[in-house]
Amino acid sequence: MTATADFTAGTARDQAHALIGRKRRVALLVPAAILAYLVYVFFAFDVAGLAERARLDNARILVADSYSHKIHVTRDGRASDLAFAVEGETKGRYPEGMRPDWVEGGIDDAVIDLGDGHVIRFLPDRRVTYDLPGQGQIDINRVNDVIVASFPGFAPGDSPDWANVSDARVTITTEAGRLTVTRSKDEVFRYFFGWELFWFTLDSPYHNVGVWTLLTGPQLDPLRSNIIGAYQDFMGNQMWRHADVFWAIGETILMAFLGTFGGALIALPLAFLAAKNFAPLVWVRFAVRRVFDFVRGVDGLIWTIILSRAFGPGPLTGALAILVTDTGSFGKSFSEALENVDEKQVEGMKSTGANAVQRYRFGVIPQVTPVLLSQVLYYFESNTRSATIIGAITGGGIGLFITQAMQTQKDWEEVSYYIVLIVMMVMAMDSFSGWLRRKLIKG
Amino acid sequence: MTDLSAASSLDATRAGYLAMTRQKRMYSGLTLALFVIAMIMGFRIVEGRSAGGFLDGLPQVFDFPASLVTEAWEKRANLPGYLVEFFPALIETINIAAVSTLLGAGLGLLLSLLSTRGLAPFPRLIPVFRRIMDILRAFPEIVIALVLIFILGGGPVPAMIAIALHTAGALGKLFSEVSENVDLKPVEGLQSVGAGWWQRMLLGVIPQVAPNYLSYALMRFEINVRASAILGFVGAGGIGYELRNAMTFGTGRFDVSAAIFILLFLTIVFFDQISSYYRNKLVHGNQP
Repeated sequence: MTATADFTAGTARDQAHALIGRKRRVALLVPAAILAYLVYVFFAFDVAGLAERARLDNARILVADSYSHKIHVTRDGRASDLAFAVEGETKGRYPEGMRPDWVEGGIDDAVIDLGDGHVIRFLPDRRVTYDLPGQGQIDINRVNDVIVASFPGFAPGDSPDWANVSDARVTITTEAGRLTVTRSKDEVFRYFFGWELFWFTLDSPYHNVGVWTLLTGPQLDPLRSNIIGAYQDFMGNQMWRHADVFWAIGETILMAFLGTFGGALIALPLAFLAAKNFAPLVWVRFAVRRVFDFVRGVDGLIWTIILSRAFGPGPLTGALAILVTDTGSFGKSFSEALENVDEKQVEGMKSTGANAVQRYRFGVIPQVTPVLLSQVLYYFESNTRSATIIGAITGGGIGLFITQAMQTQKDWEEVSYYIVLIVMMVMAMDSFSGWLRRKLIKG
Repeated sequence: MTDLSAASSLDATRAGYLAMTRQKRMYSGLTLALFVIAMIMGFRIVEGRSAGGFLDGLPQVFDFPASLVTEAWEKRANLPGYLVEFFPALIETINIAAVSTLLGAGLGLLLSLLSTRGLAPFPRLIPVFRRIMDILRAFPEIVIALVLIFILGGGPVPAMIAIALHTAGALGKLFSEVSENVDLKPVEGLQSVGAGWWQRMLLGVIPQVAPNYLSYALMRFEINVRASAILGFVGAGGIGYELRNAMTFGTGRFDVSAAIFILLFLTIVFFDQISSYYRNKLVHGNQP
């Protein structure tokens, strides 16, 4: 008697040991497999070679540009005076008689203070000097139309690695700014913190006017009241193109809206045909389901490409691509929701003599509406993000703006502005759809 | 007397009910009308800002697929060759999705544990970690990918990082919803025997939530396969990159495009099926 008890206890213990041992092996095996996979990918993606390919100077430009702006001072060989411009763009040019306070003198005696002891002088005969703190003076002259630069502590013709010297062009980049001397012009820029001209361009009377003065102060433009004028000048800002950008944000949301709700409207009747309890014909059900699977499987990317051939570039293609892809997703999930419908309400409607349409309208729709709406709203939110991406491919909305700004590889302050707007848009849509979902489901 | 008052109160109730129904109907009718107007207006705006019109383009929708299929059919002898040729690119796309799901799920797991009440080691920092997840989630992958392509050059790594960051935010939110409903008794038990935070999480929380987490991660993997194909299209390597090259080559090499379409379609359907099969299994247990 006791022997058998010992025996069973023994086998139970053995079994437990075996089980724990197996679990332990699995627990070790899974991380080991993941690690092995990561090692494989490390080599497959050539992560080690990334360090060579990475352009850290690009990263520096990007970071510096994204939170600061440059003001260019230019001496053109043919012009009679210095020109000042924000980001070196025509749109940011200083009007006549206005100049930054760190530049003194005229075209042949300009002293440009870059701060921290960095001083650049534009001298007669297009000579340029650069006083570098702790290093001495760099002297740049033109000899027979060839640019000659002499650096302190370097032999003639030799130059340090932070300067780029050739016969036609000398570029000196320091932490204070950059000096470029070419055959036709000398140009200096200096970095400043912040997004310059974000509110108003220099030609607007409201530039550099405080909010308080704007609201309560005297009328600055005789033709327009301050608030209307400020609104017009802000929206019409040539540097930042606020009106266009806000339009683009709206367009992106519109693409998502049309795609999501259009897809839901098309999917709803089709979902009835794919639901087991509503479609008595097996082959119809099968066919509709395969259509849903196919539409979903052909990814949004492929739909975008196919549709852009028919509808051309623009937000219409993006909206339709979202619509087609979502029809598949909605069709699948709607038909699943319809299959879980409680039959009692439908039978109740039937017993009062309701016809098929009335049965669906009053017996089915009220049951599934909260589920469907919550799904649709969830997709709406995630589609605002997709619309940004599809817009970048097909050319519509904020996605187009951000890819264009990135392709110039210099408007990083605009890129960061768009990123901030996109993130704000997605977060706003997130909380809006969450709020609406809660409200609709609770009633 | 009683009959009369009962009848009148019934009438009043009925009138009240009908008025309420009318009001409700009016509201839902108004909402519906607003919705329809918004759809039509929005559609017209979008159409006006596009290069081609909807009705003009509609008959042409099937022109491109038709010529794609015809050309692919004429050169069908090349198709198997192309399928083999682009298979490595497909593997790269899948690798991008898999690694970014793994890394993103790891980061998301950490963020979710740090932002769940009752589990977080620094309860005061919960809102901070939540905001971090919100921001990670709000960044569209394409933005991060394009910035990283500028710095790191083209290739799979920028896409991987971009998708992983977005995945961390998205999964972190779903994970923390699961771990909020976790049974705290095992955690307290482990704490009483002196287990540290990592031990409590690994031994007390993870075993409870693992099936749900895995199911979400599988769903995310499926989404990430699509995302990595799209990012390839903007220059991040993989099958999307090959597709763009095929599409922009002259008027387009349709036989190559068709081969890539087939590969992409089969891959997406394959992972879609696998993920939904295992998700069903994880959520409903091992029963059929």
